[in-house]
Amino acid sequence: MQLHELTAYELSKKLAAGEISAREVVAGYYERIQAVEDRVQAFVCQTRELAEKKAAEIDEKRAAGEPLGPLAGVPIAVKDLLCTKGLPTTCCSKILEDFRPPYDATVIERCHQAHMPIVGKTNMDEFAMGSSTENSAFQVTRNPWDLETVPGGSSGGSAAAVAACEAPLALGSDTGGSIRQPAALCGIVGMKPTYGRVSRYGLIAYASSLDQIGPFARTVTDCALLLQVIAGHDPRDATSADLPVPDYVATLDAGIEGLKIGVIRELVYGQGIHPGVKARVLEAIDTLQNLGAECEEVSLPNIDYSMPVYYIIAPAECSSNLARFDGVRYGHRTNRSVSDIYDLFAKTRGEGFGEEVRLRIMLGTYALSTGYYDAYYLKALKVRTLIKKDFDTAWEKYDLLVCPTSPTTAWKFGEFDQLALKLADICTIPVNIAGVAGLSVPCGFDDGKPVGLQLIGKPFSEDLLLRAAYAYEQATDWHKQRPAL
Amino acid sequence: MAWQPCIGLEVHVELATESKMFCGCRNEFAAPPNSLCCPVCLGLPGSLPVPNRKAVEYVIRTGLALNCQVAETCRFARKNYFYPDLAKNFQISQYDEPLTYGGYIEFVADGEPVRIRIRRAHLEEDTGKNIHLPDGRSLVDYNRCGVPLMEIVTEPDFTTAEQCRVYLLELRSLLRYLEVSEANMEEGQLRAEPTVNLINSQTGQRTPKVEIKNLASIKAVHDAVQYEINRQLHAVEHGEEMFQETRRWNQQRGITTVMRRKETADDYMYFPEPDLPPLSPDPQWVAQIRASLPELPQQRRARFISQYGLPQYDAEVLTASKSTADYFEAVAAACADAKAASNWVMGDVQAYLNEHNLDITSFPLEPQRLAGLINLINEGVISSKIAKQVFPEMIATSRTAEQVVEEKGLKQIDDAGQLEAVIQEAIAANPKAVEDFKNGKQKALGALVGFVMRQTKGQANPQLVNQMLRQKLGA
Ligand SMILES: [Zn+2]
Repeated sequence: MQLHELTAYELSKKLAAGEISAREVVAGYYERIQAVEDRVQAFVCQTRELAEKKAAEIDEKRAAGEPLGPLAGVPIAVKDLLCTKGLPTTCCSKILEDFRPPYDATVIERCHQAHMPIVGKTNMDEFAMGSSTENSAFQVTRNPWDLETVPGGSSGGSAAAVAACEAPLALGSDTGGSIRQPAALCGIVGMKPTYGRVSRYGLIAYASSLDQIGPFARTVTDCALLLQVIAGHDPRDATSADLPVPDYVATLDAGIEGLKIGVIRELVYGQGIHPGVKARVLEAIDTLQNLGAECEEVSLPNIDYSMPVYYIIAPAECSSNLARFDGVRYGHRTNRSVSDIYDLFAKTRGEGFGEEVRLRIMLGTYALSTGYYDAYYLKALKVRTLIKKDFDTAWEKYDLLVCPTSPTTAWKFGEFDQLALKLADICTIPVNIAGVAGLSVPCGFDDGKPVGLQLIGKPFSEDLLLRAAYAYEQATDWHKQRPAL
Repeated sequence: MAWQPCIGLEVHVELATESKMFCGCRNEFAAPPNSLCCPVCLGLPGSLPVPNRKAVEYVIRTGLALNCQVAETCRFARKNYFYPDLAKNFQISQYDEPLTYGGYIEFVADGEPVRIRIRRAHLEEDTGKNIHLPDGRSLVDYNRCGVPLMEIVTEPDFTTAEQCRVYLLELRSLLRYLEVSEANMEEGQLRAEPTVNLINSQTGQRTPKVEIKNLASIKAVHDAVQYEINRQLHAVEHGEEMFQETRRWNQQRGITTVMRRKETADDYMYFPEPDLPPLSPDPQWVAQIRASLPELPQQRRARFISQYGLPQYDAEVLTASKSTADYFEAVAAACADAKAASNWVMGDVQAYLNEHNLDITSFPLEPQRLAGLINLINEGVISSKIAKQVFPEMIATSRTAEQVVEEKGLKQIDDAGQLEAVIQEAIAANPKAVEDFKNGKQKALGALVGFVMRQTKGQANPQLVNQMLRQKLGA
């Protein structure tokens, strides 16, 4: 087996045992990146020099017998909306093309503390707005399983990098499915933790009340290891939860005997779920049952309103969050002559933002305007409460919920029109609306393209979610299959 | 008068916290531009706000002192508008869920008791400052950006400019007592924006609301409101068209001029700040804050009248500033003559402070030493007149009154034997006065007393001199 095919867990054991050095690991990954990146195009920036320097430090520390975390020396790829001190952090937008933040996001600090070399920043839909990574201002990322198809999005670069073994682990962000959906389309594991589980400090916000940072990995164990590094309270994020972080790896193999699992009727049997996807998901449910879980159908009656609620709340928040990009302090500023400061704002923003971003800013501004606020934003908040209540009711009876991660497998570039694209998030958005935890684990293939099973857990039950995903993963071998690049 | 002025005041107060509202940057005045900034107050992408607990406490403290309710739970909201001094192009403020609300304040203005309802006192962040260069470029200093700001909004209950003036004096004094702000209007720590319109008491008809800006002192607020009332009265009487507008006070010309007309209401697209969870002050904490409220100016004023027997005027002057009132009380306690203490503090002490541009907290003469001086007068050791000479000496030398009197030999002459010669001299040197007095002109005695006092450099006991002169002249 080649170095880049090892999981993070396997790498960490070899590193700890001294069978391999961090420098060799980093070198091995850049070899792999060189071999496949021209086809995958997952990275918008590679940070080889820094990663090599970091690896050398780690090797020295290890040689000196300093205590190192389990993932020390295991490389990681980072979505380009997480602030990395002194490194480009662009959100794949022209407006931040030359932006280098003076500080690290909390999750980046934690990766540094865990001694994980960052191999590069990954492509994404501009400001995380999209489901295919086609909205990147810079490049098109291809799905390693079929280079003619999209990797999903918005964290498509991170998902493709991990699926193509260009990195064993990656960080993404998930506002309406942006980790889970590309994980499903690229045949890997991806998790959106509970809102508040991971600090958002340093995550360039799309929709603050929905955004959450989470891990990508090729196995559930690797996913648990990375979550362990990034989870936990951060005094710099007032919405981060001050709760203890359990040992996610320790309980992975506790099994799912007797677990009660609700099968979300609307998202398994509802319209828009591709038959091939539905078939794989039903097979997966059978497997869960065979493992001792009790599965039964459950209805979440308000879940159908998730899409309209999302498309009010997310644009409203984004219209305000993205107001700071005005050319005054940092980022792109128009070169054209301007008549006054407002003209400077308008020209800068008109040039800097792509079409989808402009569309959502306008939608959100409209929804927040006097006279429309009550009808749109306030109403959306009320329906959001109803959707949360549906989940709360479900938790009274079930430990977990399941449904597909994406209603379809990966589609060809430019294949979906805008409206249909937005339906790509139909299974993932409710989880963000409710603020609960969701995880996508590979559950087979349809026509050669990966299908993801989504497990949904109550707030702060990531340990249970990982345990169930691990049980399923160990009973199948989907995670062992790799795209032929 | 059918048309009644109807005035509301919106006051912004910079809170004297150590750090800014949502980050750890120091909250300071007059630092080099952009030296007190971090990713949070610069609104850099990815940064997040964390509320300053002290600022929350200060608003609760003020709200309680203004008889407001403290919300069980409230929210921050984003006020969205584009302006370069606003680093995020939105201001974190409060909208429909303020921290404190529904209070009132009472005071006396124009000789009448007034009660003004307080609509709300809430918390927000200040903006930076734009600096426009002569060449057309603009610079922005973000040092002030993110400084905690309290907004206190009244109901439109004021009917005169004088009420506005007294309210601001009362509020300023209250804020200083509460130690939540320096509240200097000249330094922008307290900013007032009145809204003025007229209401017809018979028809209920209202004129459009006019907001006045650029008011740098309490006097400016008074004068601008007065001007605006007159201007609007003139306009309704002459049937002139009136507009909802913002007007700027021109200090030099003493008039308001149009800044901008409001065709429609500003749309700030307020919505709940998603980066901050709702704020629910712990009731126990609120109770603690309530219990720790200091005695407020109005309460202290009443006590000064009842406890020290001071006139209303003295009580008002002394309690206007907490440190002055504290100083007075320390003097009064050490000399047991409150009225004398009051006279000294309001008179010579204040004059010295004014002359040297000092605050009473840095006045070199400690209350105990001033009390000692008052005691010497009351014990008849020196006269009040001599005391005026002793006072600057005490300030200059940091000696006690006794020491100064001793060293300078300023002790009152109470010995008739010592005064005998100078009394004789007075009679001899002022035959006209002696004659007048003998003819029944009591006032003439004053000239003789004055002569003696001059000769003794004021040290003679005036009562004794009086007595001896009368005796000698056979009265
Ligand atoms: Zn700061």
